[in-house]
Amino acid sequence: MGNGDYAQDAAPKGRKVVAELRGVSKYFGEVCAVSDLSLSISEGEFLSFLGPSGCGKTTALRILAGFEVPTEGVVILDGDIVNSLEAHHRPVNMVFQQYALFPHMTAAQNIGYGLRQRRPRLPRAEIADKVYKTLDVVRLGGYEHRRIWEMSGGQQQRVALARAIINEPKLLLLDEPMAALDRKLRKEMQIELQDLQRQLGITFVLVTHDQEEALSMSDRICIMREGCIMQIGSPQELYDRPNSRYVAGFVGTSNFFDGILTDNKGVLGTVRVNNEMPMQASHGSDLAIGQDVCISIRPEQMKLHRQGEGLWVKVLNRIFLGEHTEYLINHETLGDFLVLSPRQAEMAESPFNPGDRALVSWEPSAALILDNK
Amino acid sequence: MRLYAFCVYLFLYIPIGVIALFSFNAGRHASQMQGFSTKWYGKTLSNPFVMDALETSLIVAFTSALCASVFGTMAAVALQGIRGPLRTAFDMLIYIAVMIPGIVIGIATLIGLVTVFDQLNPLLAALWPEGLNPPKLRMGMGSLIAAHTMFLMALVVIIVRARLVGMDRSLIEASSDLYATPMGTFMQVTLPMIFPAILAGFLLSFTFSFDDFIIAFFVAGSETTLPIYVFSSIRRGVTPEINAIGTMVLSVSLLLLIAAQLLLQRGGHKSK
Repeated sequence: MGNGDYAQDAAPKGRKVVAELRGVSKYFGEVCAVSDLSLSISEGEFLSFLGPSGCGKTTALRILAGFEVPTEGVVILDGDIVNSLEAHHRPVNMVFQQYALFPHMTAAQNIGYGLRQRRPRLPRAEIADKVYKTLDVVRLGGYEHRRIWEMSGGQQQRVALARAIINEPKLLLLDEPMAALDRKLRKEMQIELQDLQRQLGITFVLVTHDQEEALSMSDRICIMREGCIMQIGSPQELYDRPNSRYVAGFVGTSNFFDGILTDNKGVLGTVRVNNEMPMQASHGSDLAIGQDVCISIRPEQMKLHRQGEGLWVKVLNRIFLGEHTEYLINHETLGDFLVLSPRQAEMAESPFNPGDRALVSWEPSAALILDNK
Repeated sequence: MRLYAFCVYLFLYIPIGVIALFSFNAGRHASQMQGFSTKWYGKTLSNPFVMDALETSLIVAFTSALCASVFGTMAAVALQGIRGPLRTAFDMLIYIAVMIPGIVIGIATLIGLVTVFDQLNPLLAALWPEGLNPPKLRMGMGSLIAAHTMFLMALVVIIVRARLVGMDRSLIEASSDLYATPMGTFMQVTLPMIFPAILAGFLLSFTFSFDDFIIAFFVAGSETTLPIYVFSSIRRGVTPEINAIGTMVLSVSLLLLIAAQLLLQRGGHKSK
């Protein structure tokens, strides 16, 4: 699966590149975990690997950490090729999914572990001093003598974080750090993590399957699927200009209408949807006529109204969600799809009820023609 | 069914109970209780032959348990790094080593050591400087310790392996991620976490070595361990003195076994 053309390796300009993957692949026996990964990570950015489980995002992280040696390709860290440099020689630290805190040590001993490995040895007082400062940074002052099993999940996560950041790594790798936390705590930690990242200026690389987490925290997101990078970009880019149906479906929700591309000449291309209905939408450059494509339209880009131009549809269901109202709509050719109507629109016009006939319309630029894979 | 189980336990434990009971016999007959007394314990502890045998047994048990713990732990850690059929083969060999009857180990060790000594002794004599008495390798404390270490090592490997397998692999990775060298990781993370299992292995090994008669009988040479002493004095009839020795050995063994069990349980809880 060559996806090199999809991987837009555009690190934010003007910033120093701290780490780079060039054509990195990793095979476990016959099984390909990641294939031909290329991206660069610039200093101080917050990058997320997003994808379903088994998409290779954790392998990518473990390659950066030095736990896996890539089968092909080059890993560059701080200007040096580090392919076979062992983890304990890399200026990179990781926050593990289950935290991997040492159960036979106190919180402070866990946090000071990395500093105690330095050769020549650091003075004890200096280590103690740094540990106390870091405890304050993660708001765990006073917990230094606690045993790990005496701490809650949230506190354990802070210890894991402190244990990594105290070493001032070039890259801080986070392997689904919020997976073990409950929803409320997760929200708090997301904000805290973002603050911490800005405050410390450390480059964060996060692995997650939670799109909300990735969207709210990252400067850039790298969407992965079956070991390949599908698209790299800022959350907004990915949302507004997804390069494939997969990305559009993974980042936010969207309505998809399958069809065949019949015209790609002008600004707007034409797609024959379901073999009968021609629809116009903006298209990417690398789609050929006759290709299997789909049109993606975000539910909030569609408008329901009673007069004017549009497609006649039937309202099947209405769900009130507070600031939005979600309508399930049926069109005789397009099938069922969703329309999200903001509160103001609802106030201006009386709401539609199930069974009502309505007109639906959208800006042509809001409809995207995407590769159907 | 309950009655049946009850009978089985009765059958197993009555002889042991009788021995413990008769060790407090005031009379000198092993089959007739004639009042309560601890005089046989006093007599046993002042018997120089018993004390000599006890000393030998303690030295052998301590040394072989120590060697078995060190080498067994090393083997267990090394086995962690091996995958595939080689590992399966090693695992099987270790289980077999535990299950082989003592008499086979005894005979095999005896034949093996005698053969090696026969080859080595002339060689040593030839290599040794003129005028000095060359050392002569023979059966004794050394061969006893070696034989015990061999079969106890397998036991330690099994106990320590169980603990290593239960250990979270990411702890090792975390340590390495935090700049610890492989040796540093072993000393600071692996060793403290498997230490309860090593100690339990040591205690079990100590008990097994201390109680062993069969292997010792073959390889002890002129040395007398406590079980060998008991065996040879039984030929002159069972006295309450033997009962007292038996009861003491039993109590110490039970204590050590319970300690080992507690260590293994506590170690297991902590990792969770």
